[in-house]
Amino acid sequence: MLKDVTLGQYFPGTSFIHRLDPRTKLIATFVYIAALFVAKWYVSYAVVLALLIVCITVSGIKPSAFFRGLKPILFIIIFTAVINLFATKGGTVLWNWWKLTITSAGAQLAFLMVARIMLLITGTFLLTYTTTPMALTDGLELLLEPIKKLGAPVHEFSMMMSIALRFIPTLIEEADKIASAQKARGADFETGSLTERAKALLPLLVPLFVSAFRRADELAVAMEARCYHGGEGRTRMKKLTMCPADWATLIGSGVFLAGIIVLARYGL
Amino acid sequence: MPVIKTESLSHVYGAGGPFESVALDNVNIEIPQGAFVGIIGHTGSGKSTFVQHLNGLLAPTSGRVLLDGEDINADKKRRHDTRFKVGLVFQYPEYQLFEETVARDIAFGPRNMKLSKDEVSARVREAAFFCGVSEDLFERSPLELSGGQKRRVAIAGVIAMRPDILVLDEPTAGLDPAGCAGILKNISDYRAATGATVVLVSHSMEDVARIAERLIVFDEGRVVMDGSPAEVFSHTAQLRAIGLDIPAAADVAEKLRALGVPVPDGCYTVEQLRDAVLALRKEGGTC
Ligand SMILES: Nc1ncnc2c1ncn2[C@@H]1O[C@H](COP(=O)(O)OP(=O)(O)OP(=O)(O)O)[C@@H](O)[C@H]1O
Ligand SMILES: [Mg+2]
Repeated sequence: MLKDVTLGQYFPGTSFIHRLDPRTKLIATFVYIAALFVAKWYVSYAVVLALLIVCITVSGIKPSAFFRGLKPILFIIIFTAVINLFATKGGTVLWNWWKLTITSAGAQLAFLMVARIMLLITGTFLLTYTTTPMALTDGLELLLEPIKKLGAPVHEFSMMMSIALRFIPTLIEEADKIASAQKARGADFETGSLTERAKALLPLLVPLFVSAFRRADELAVAMEARCYHGGEGRTRMKKLTMCPADWATLIGSGVFLAGIIVLARYGL
Repeated sequence: MPVIKTESLSHVYGAGGPFESVALDNVNIEIPQGAFVGIIGHTGSGKSTFVQHLNGLLAPTSGRVLLDGEDINADKKRRHDTRFKVGLVFQYPEYQLFEETVARDIAFGPRNMKLSKDEVSARVREAAFFCGVSEDLFERSPLELSGGQKRRVAIAGVIAMRPDILVLDEPTAGLDPAGCAGILKNISDYRAATGATVVLVSHSMEDVARIAERLIVFDEGRVVMDGSPAEVFSHTAQLRAIGLDIPAAADVAEKLRALGVPVPDGCYTVEQLRDAVLALRKEGGTC
């Protein structure tokens, strides 16, 4: 069950998308998300979907990896669909039973909302699948450079983020191991009522927290032992550089967003 | 009939993903009732993966695992019941203690077996005794114990289920010699008292040479040798080729032979070598 969590996972590769500067990818992803929220109607969604399919194909990552990533949020998707389906009024009534009514407007909205969530998640997966967590936080730190001048703790923030990203897989692995050890002693996480299963998870959290704190302590000591003292005066081993391909991508995503805005103007 | 049998067991981690790796490749093993089997192999050879199949924690990618002739992965309930029959002690089990007190942690398994309260506390006491956990520790938090004590508590937690088959994944890793010897003795005692089958994974050739009756050698997910310790340790060159060592005593015996001392075959513990050398001296030999 825990293996389905693909957050922060990186698929090594050398595709065009893999080679882009992390800053480009971050900006392009934000533009993509903005476009998704501007998009109004089927035509815009189809354009976004087409772009996503092209990007996934270029990245060379198997589509199944993206579907696997969607599995953990299946519940949210279904929840959104149901709420929109029943709570939206308008249009013709398609189905009616007791106090529950499905209208054509509700069906359309539910469909578009689900599409929006799935496109959103899959798009951000494309970013994390093709960029190492380290490159991602480096990119973010550089992008946020301007607000560092205003005194915002950008370096600390990005350091925290890279540590968090670095340890997510470790913690998942550890949780799996502890769960296995408890299963070996007859703990049952799979059958029983929801409350029983939730109760079975509790003993999992104790050793997990203990080991997370132990790790945090050890890491702090290790960082101090190597004279880490924050971002002041730190230089970089890997300097990020923007290539022509990066600029082209940025211009491309600007055009894309403009296109979606135009489409939305015409209500498409 | 063997208690445990694997039929062309294979396991692939992350099948289809970017980091696919074959951890077990067509493993066929039969373990008879009451056997004491040692499993050796270098780091990453698939030992831990193999033992996690014995109680159904990992499901085979292909092949079957039979317990008393029946497939343990037939259904959920069977897999669950198998866990009580095949007790598995994980590698570094001390990080997995979680209850508030030592006694409650040991009782976790028996409680899951839905035993009566009295039976549970009897089991806890018995298991603590087998593993040398003194009753003074019962009300302490497991987090306050030393590494060696934690390890014993973790093993007691599995023994408290009174498994017919006890599987231990590197129970002595990282302990001092006295700690190792103590834990190995606990395992032998449990086996002597209950007639249980024992499967012991170990990095230490000394340990397995001393207590296992049969050795299975893994290399890159395959079984490359399977036989008595004497047989296995006589293949010195092959063992070295796959990154394993032979026990120090077997090494000394080999060097003595190279010097022309007629040490008999099958000396792989210090005691056996000592006796052999003393016997040679009595005969008035060369040493
Ligand atoms: N959860 C996992 N996901 C992916 N690959 C794994 C996983 N666990 C083990 N492996 C891989 O499977 C192979 C066998 O690992 P296994 O843990 O069974 O080895 P081992 O013989 O127990 O080693 P050690 O002596 O270090 O404990 C290794 O190549 C390892 O990288
Ligand atoms: Mg192992």
